[in-house]
Amino acid sequence: MLEGILIGLEAAFSVKNILMVVAGCLIGTFIGMLPGLGPMSIIAIMIPVAITLGDPAAALILLAGVYYGAIFGGSTSSILLNAPGVAGTVATSFDGYPMARKGQAGKALTIAAVASFAGGTIGAILLMIFAPALSSVALLFHSAEYFALMVVGLSAIAAFAGTGQVAKALMMTILGLILATVGEGALFNMPRFTMGLMDLQSGISFITLAMAMFALPEALFLVLNPARGASNAEGGSNKITNLRFSREEGKAMIPVIGRQSVQGFFIGVLPGAGATIASFLGYAVERNIAKGGEREEFGKGSVKGLAAPETANNAACTGSFVPLLTLGIPGSGTTAILLGALIALNVTPGPRLMTDTPEIFWAVIISMFIGNLVLLVLNLPLIPYIAKILSIPRNYLIPFILFFTLMGAYIGQNNATELLMLVGLGVMATIFRFADYPLAPLLIGFILGTMLEDNFARSMQLYRGLGFILERPMTLGLLVLAALLVLLPSYRARRARKRAEGVADGD
Amino acid sequence: MALDRWIALIFVTFCGVYGYAAFFTMDQLLPPFMQRNPVWPSTFPKVLSVLGIIVGLIVLFGVEKTEESDGEPSATEINYRRLGDYKIGQALMLLGLMVLYALMLRPAGFLISTTTFLVIGSAILGERKFHIMILVSVLATGFVWYLVQEVLGIFLRPFPFFMGM
Repeated sequence: MLEGILIGLEAAFSVKNILMVVAGCLIGTFIGMLPGLGPMSIIAIMIPVAITLGDPAAALILLAGVYYGAIFGGSTSSILLNAPGVAGTVATSFDGYPMARKGQAGKALTIAAVASFAGGTIGAILLMIFAPALSSVALLFHSAEYFALMVVGLSAIAAFAGTGQVAKALMMTILGLILATVGEGALFNMPRFTMGLMDLQSGISFITLAMAMFALPEALFLVLNPARGASNAEGGSNKITNLRFSREEGKAMIPVIGRQSVQGFFIGVLPGAGATIASFLGYAVERNIAKGGEREEFGKGSVKGLAAPETANNAACTGSFVPLLTLGIPGSGTTAILLGALIALNVTPGPRLMTDTPEIFWAVIISMFIGNLVLLVLNLPLIPYIAKILSIPRNYLIPFILFFTLMGAYIGQNNATELLMLVGLGVMATIFRFADYPLAPLLIGFILGTMLEDNFARSMQLYRGLGFILERPMTLGLLVLAALLVLLPSYRARRARKRAEGVADGD
Repeated sequence: MALDRWIALIFVTFCGVYGYAAFFTMDQLLPPFMQRNPVWPSTFPKVLSVLGIIVGLIVLFGVEKTEESDGEPSATEINYRRLGDYKIGQALMLLGLMVLYALMLRPAGFLISTTTFLVIGSAILGERKFHIMILVSVLATGFVWYLVQEVLGIFLRPFPFFMGM
């Protein structure tokens, strides 16, 4: 492990890779601040750039930098405008915005930056401990277990979707899997479901799908409802003056950071949970354990209330790299896009990543430390200037967002039909969003679809049928777990409702 | 019937068509030696279509109870029941513009089509200061083209087809 860390240090501290981290963080912060462009869209736009670099380590470092930068940028717009660019930073606005309203925008940004830094750094340390351990377990896995593991991942994503949403999330996952079967797979060497169209021969491009699922609906919502993403600030509050916080406030933050970075990390590791749940849960936990007067402060500009979600969402972002790097299974939309980028660069993430290409594995982890440092020392002082981007009128902003969305899909493929598909899928995604269907499961299903089928087919061929499910206890166990994950939420909801009805009758 | 159930209905129909293709038409093309394999190209789609129909029906008939959300949705929440209040015309026009851009990108070249796209896009959104918008669009287009073509080395045809580039 030490050897690996040294290789990683050497790779991460090359001038090129440090430049990548800095550039990634800056670009991420810059775009992440804009309403309508979350981390997924930004990473999707940056993928062609990253692929052109040719070096997988540098590419992944750039994209990871963009990811942190985007989360940080999202926090900034949450605090300054009460307009979170990212779902993961909604909880940040609960206390960040009231603080900014009190004229303490500078302090709020610093607290957010310090909390993010601590969360990200502690998360990266936990990642260094847990990823190698998980990798060594995962090395024992065969294709049957991989197949089962992916089923668990996909079920978990649906199970965490929330009450009344499990079936909808499953439906989206299946749609994603179905879309993945379009085109000529490597496995069978014959085109499937192309409807005779040449453009579908190579399947649907995942960048196009990612753009269509996230960037386009968000941009369309900005057009449809001008109130969305517009600054709710009544002016004056986003003057960023004093960036300091007091010693007492610093002391109050320390236990919050300690608790939330660990909690956030483990929530991030779970597939499907991710930064959004981590930040809301972090906020709720801290509010519940706060005492009297401090609890009153929550929602009115509490230091703890701001530090908690910021620490948790960054730790969760780092945590979400664990399943990606060790199992090759993305737990969130963003890591799914990163996985797509890695595959495009001919790197297969999984347990072998650490042993076969330690320079990629460790360089990414080391660059997480550098990235967090860059955000703290470089981006924070620059925030007052970067925040000027928020004053761009929407008449200018929206055409550019649409243009970047189109470019992201076009550059990778150089095919104008891709753009038509983008618009079509984007309209579909917008309708899904209107009907409250979650879209991340669709994308994750799409990206995992090919791998899921490959592993399924391989185990079927090895065991000449479905025998592998019964002959390999681990596979069976994982599949049972997957079934439980899907069925448990609705069972518990049903029981809770029955009980509630019983009480009502008893009265 | 609420929008989400309509979508579920369409999804079930779609899975039906997909499943029909998987169960009945796909295997006709399968060469005989592949038919001895335990997995066929149609195996996975068959499983998916069945699962899709089951899950789609669950959503369609509301087997899983959804939580009733209480209170008015906030102004920034998006809600299709308020579609009439939204600027749907602008959104449709922008979508049309994107389609047009996709069709014109090759024949008209990157520089002309992009500049036009940005100017018309902002005009649709209500911008009337054309002198600023045109200047911004031209500069931005030129910058992006330079970045993509020269720095990233990805070819983008800059000029219309008849100029021979």
